[in-house]
Amino acid sequence: MLLMLKYALMSATVLMLVALGGCFSEHSGVINLALEGIMVIGGLMGILILNLLPPDMLPVWKVVLSIAAAAVSGIVYSALLAFSAINLKADQTIGGTALNLLSTAIAMVVAKRFNGSQSAKLSYDNTPFMFQIGGLTVNVFLFISIALLIASIIVLYKTRFGLRLQACGEHPQAADSVGINVYKMRWSGVLISGFLAGIGGFAYIVPAVQVWNFEVGVAGMGFLSLAVMIFGQWKPGRIALAAIFFAIFKSLANIYDSISWLNALHLTKELYNMMPFAASMIILAFTSKRSRAPKAEGIPYDKGQR
Amino acid sequence: MAESEYVIEMLHITKEFPGIKANDDITLQLRRGEIHALLGENGAGKSTLMSVLFGLYQPEQGVIKKNGEVVKINDPNDANDLNIGMVHQHFKLVECFTVLDNIILGVEPCHAGFLQKKQAREKVIALSEKYGLRVDPDARVEDISVGMQQRTEILKMLYRDNEILIFDEPTAVLTPQEIDELMQIMKNLAAEGKSILFISHKLAEIMAVADRCTVLRKGKYIGTVNTNETTMEELSAMMVGRQVSFKVDKEDRAPGEVVLDVQHLTVPSKLHKNNAVKDVSLQVRRGEIVCLAGIEGNGQTEFVYALTGLERQSAGTITLCGNDISKASIRQRSKDGMSHIPEDRHKHGLVLDFTLEQNMVLQRYWQPQFQKGGFIKFDAVREYSDKLIEQYDVRSGQGSVTVARSMSGGNQQKAIVAREIDKEPELLVAVQPTRGLDVGAIEYIHKQLVAQRDENKAVLLVSLELDEVMNVSDRILVMYDGEIVGEFDPRQVTVEELGLYMAGAKRM
Amino acid sequence: MKKKQSLLASDGFVSLLSSIICILIGLVVGFVVLLLLGGEKAYSDGFKQILLGGFYMMPSGIGKEIVTAAPLIMCGLSVAFAFKTGLFNIGAAGQYTLGAFGGLIFAILLHAPWYVCLLMATVFGAVWGALPGIFKAFLNVNEVITSIMFNWIGLYGCNTIMYGRGSGAMYNAKQSKTFPVTGDSLIPSKIFGWDMAETFSYKSCTIAIFLAIIVAVILYIVLNKTTFGYELKACGNNRNAAKYAGINERRNVILSMVIAGALAGFGAGLYYLSGAAQWIPGDSTALPSEGFDGISVALLASSNPIGAIFSALFISHITTGGGFMNASMFPPEIADIISGIIIYLCAFSLLFRSMFRNLLSGSRKDKVRKKQTPQVTDTPANGPAAADGKESE
Repeated sequence: MLLMLKYALMSATVLMLVALGGCFSEHSGVINLALEGIMVIGGLMGILILNLLPPDMLPVWKVVLSIAAAAVSGIVYSALLAFSAINLKADQTIGGTALNLLSTAIAMVVAKRFNGSQSAKLSYDNTPFMFQIGGLTVNVFLFISIALLIASIIVLYKTRFGLRLQACGEHPQAADSVGINVYKMRWSGVLISGFLAGIGGFAYIVPAVQVWNFEVGVAGMGFLSLAVMIFGQWKPGRIALAAIFFAIFKSLANIYDSISWLNALHLTKELYNMMPFAASMIILAFTSKRSRAPKAEGIPYDKGQR
Repeated sequence: MAESEYVIEMLHITKEFPGIKANDDITLQLRRGEIHALLGENGAGKSTLMSVLFGLYQPEQGVIKKNGEVVKINDPNDANDLNIGMVHQHFKLVECFTVLDNIILGVEPCHAGFLQKKQAREKVIALSEKYGLRVDPDARVEDISVGMQQRTEILKMLYRDNEILIFDEPTAVLTPQEIDELMQIMKNLAAEGKSILFISHKLAEIMAVADRCTVLRKGKYIGTVNTNETTMEELSAMMVGRQVSFKVDKEDRAPGEVVLDVQHLTVPSKLHKNNAVKDVSLQVRRGEIVCLAGIEGNGQTEFVYALTGLERQSAGTITLCGNDISKASIRQRSKDGMSHIPEDRHKHGLVLDFTLEQNMVLQRYWQPQFQKGGFIKFDAVREYSDKLIEQYDVRSGQGSVTVARSMSGGNQQKAIVAREIDKEPELLVAVQPTRGLDVGAIEYIHKQLVAQRDENKAVLLVSLELDEVMNVSDRILVMYDGEIVGEFDPRQVTVEELGLYMAGAKRM
Repeated sequence: MKKKQSLLASDGFVSLLSSIICILIGLVVGFVVLLLLGGEKAYSDGFKQILLGGFYMMPSGIGKEIVTAAPLIMCGLSVAFAFKTGLFNIGAAGQYTLGAFGGLIFAILLHAPWYVCLLMATVFGAVWGALPGIFKAFLNVNEVITSIMFNWIGLYGCNTIMYGRGSGAMYNAKQSKTFPVTGDSLIPSKIFGWDMAETFSYKSCTIAIFLAIIVAVILYIVLNKTTFGYELKACGNNRNAAKYAGINERRNVILSMVIAGALAGFGAGLYYLSGAAQWIPGDSTALPSEGFDGISVALLASSNPIGAIFSALFISHITTGGGFMNASMFPPEIADIISGIIIYLCAFSLLFRSMFRNLLSGSRKDKVRKKQTPQVTDTPANGPAAADGKESE
């Protein structure tokens, strides 16, 4: 059971962080399909920095600096989406897809170059990130994600920024008519999503294993986070719950062989891996009618057309 | 300096668009604390004038003064700074926000970035009590009535301490009770010293609430009158004018059998919770042009959508040439002999990125004449398209292969008219077929409608233009607020009389 | 003069021009990456190979380029076809997976003749395309998100069955791959007595490329010569007008996705039944890249089926060339970077296009625009732009 909790918490952390990222972007009115790609870039940069830091550095600094690197790289990468979607009014879906493809290619090139070989596997030491609480192994991202969840709730619902951000995703013409700069708010939304997804990518890769093959990117976690966000109805609190729900599904893949009755079902790891995706599809089918998606998402805002 | 009598003056405003003077030397002076109505038909230039006031357009000539001083308004923010506020016809409210959030959006009281909603709520409650604006600050906009949404918009202006309040056709979406309430609110506001500009074409409302009324017609300034010194008849005459710009030649004809029979049609609205069309029954017979007249937004569009199958009615039956088509598909209605010249030629009438010839067969590409075994007969299409272009004088850069998008509005419309008439329908539904066209094209399309009638076809014309209504039709039905409120013979009714019905001042 | 102007301003020419610009920028970025990685060797050991593509290593390089191009053409057609109906088929990767799965079952387990296998690949792909289409038509769920989910469901599902806990009937545990396709199940490499495999000394060089080209031509005909194509394009260009014309929009959405899926499945069949590679079920977390490259192919071709042949050859060209680079210095994924950049640029290529169109066609268009302005002002100036935008979806 502890093992299950460990894996569930690990996935929930990632899904929640990235889904919150998607939530900020979509509340500003930009569909962020590039979450997957931003995760890859965040994970890549985090691990690179982790490896480049002097080995005798205090572990806590390693943690802080590598996470900062993941966050910053996520922000920078998401700026590419913001630029095409907001300033050039490009198709957000195609732009996001391009960034996803680009990210895997970049990660492979950089990882191979870093290794100086033809392998895209990067190894690293994840011990500074892990803690023991009782018999349970948890990682630092659990605490970070809880802090960021609380921060997200406050920012979205208690601040001027949050109110204005949501107005831009719901009815940009209304926001503009009361003097809010829609472009600026949308940029902020996308960059925040880059920040969160960057950390999320790092949080996905680091605690799980000590070596990561960038050929697989982040294996659809970014897309799953989108489903978590939709299932969470674009609300941080619900997103947290949805993330836990999906995480339990996902953790089954890691632990099914140690739970006797699950093992007795003779299902394979792939099927367990597939489950969250299938579940998300079923949920989408049933919730599509009462979706609370921001009304203006995906529609480029043109100041001239108000 | 003596304080000016007027809080806002728009003097000799002229705004030209290529080919049309939308505003031609218009003067509008708003006194402090008055309710001033701005009256005019669709296309009279009211919206353009307001856009000038909000800095969306810069006029070629004329000045705007605030309290007697010339001001320059470059964008809506400048207008906000001058304390000018507007309730748009289509509200600018964030639906999933609460009333309070909508009111404070953009001017949020904050402490270090954190919202201080308590103060805001107190101010909103105080304002709503002062002016009799009942709202629940914590209700979500999507859950409240249209009337309350409008009050939210008004509070938005008051919260910003706006002095000049503009209401753009505020009653279009309200129920009668809500309208009465709004009238009272406007009077309260004026009594408290706010100056109100009330844009409308409903005469009864103007007479009931406004102190003065400025009338525009076809971009020109007609005059400003005190409402207590005028009558609805006079206003109506000013609004529609007396001169008839052009006559359509047609001979009297006795109508034949019934082609279209609509009974008790009811269509729900997409804009508000009321029905857009309420229990409408009408008939159109062979050899007559029946005109559905009325001011925009009184249910004509929804009626046509239900009639042509683009939307479903919630009740009622439609019979075409004896066939019940109440539930028939659009294609079936077309096969049964209905042609439809749609209201919005860009939204429905044309696939703009198709060529002219592809558009010419939009309703008929599936017929054996144009395809064999699923393959389009390009020669037949070209031949047909060339024939229509020739016959209906559709002008375009490269004939049949011109991309529809690159054609002028008039020729796009001619192409649609050609396509729909050449289908040889039993019933032709023409919705605002001359909207935005020049005189030549209008005349041409009118002739085509009359020719259809003379070929013993039934024609249902939906129009906002009184000239068109009077000259083309054999029978006029006036639609107001989703209902038919009057039926007339154009030879026995005056434009002024019609205007009264269209504006809801009279009904049968 | 007028004629020349219209030729220059024609859609085809403008699209071609903007595609070329996307390619050029993509190549420049690729070159910069190479410079960063390899300094003075950037050209001789890297960029040269990308530019030469298959020609760098005659004749087998050409063979490889042709083999890679066939599935790319098909995936490009899949995405392009959906685009014509206004749908974004990001699910080509999943449909491709299913196609490979279906084809391999019939080839490895049943030893069915190649055309039967190919047909089954097509059918499997079609089914996987139909699902997002049904979700879209009946539940109004955005096809992008469903396609993505079905990509993963398809991938995990197929892998589970093929791997079969290491003892799947199609799985060759020694090589961690599926068994090779053999005998009649292989697509022939001889056409009219010409043995392509021999000419290019590349074993898996089969008539697949010709099949792909034939499909592209058929698709071109369907889209441009038939009433069905006419309906699809009407739906894609203006849904409201299509509805007004009595076209059944729902049916067209589903059909269009079925066909898109079939095309991607066919592409997978062409690749795996040529014996170009074996499926690796253990590689369970990576979707086949052909599906995503199909997006580049379609965008570069402006969704023109014939254009897709050439853009697929181009993508195949740089990918093959990428493989010839000095791998210790330049990872072959640099070709993917170029392809990614190209998609990114294509996302706003509409901007390029309207720019060119205005430049080339002069002021004629402006006049038309302006003439319509008065009507626009007729509606409230601060009108419901957002509401309209949403409605047209």
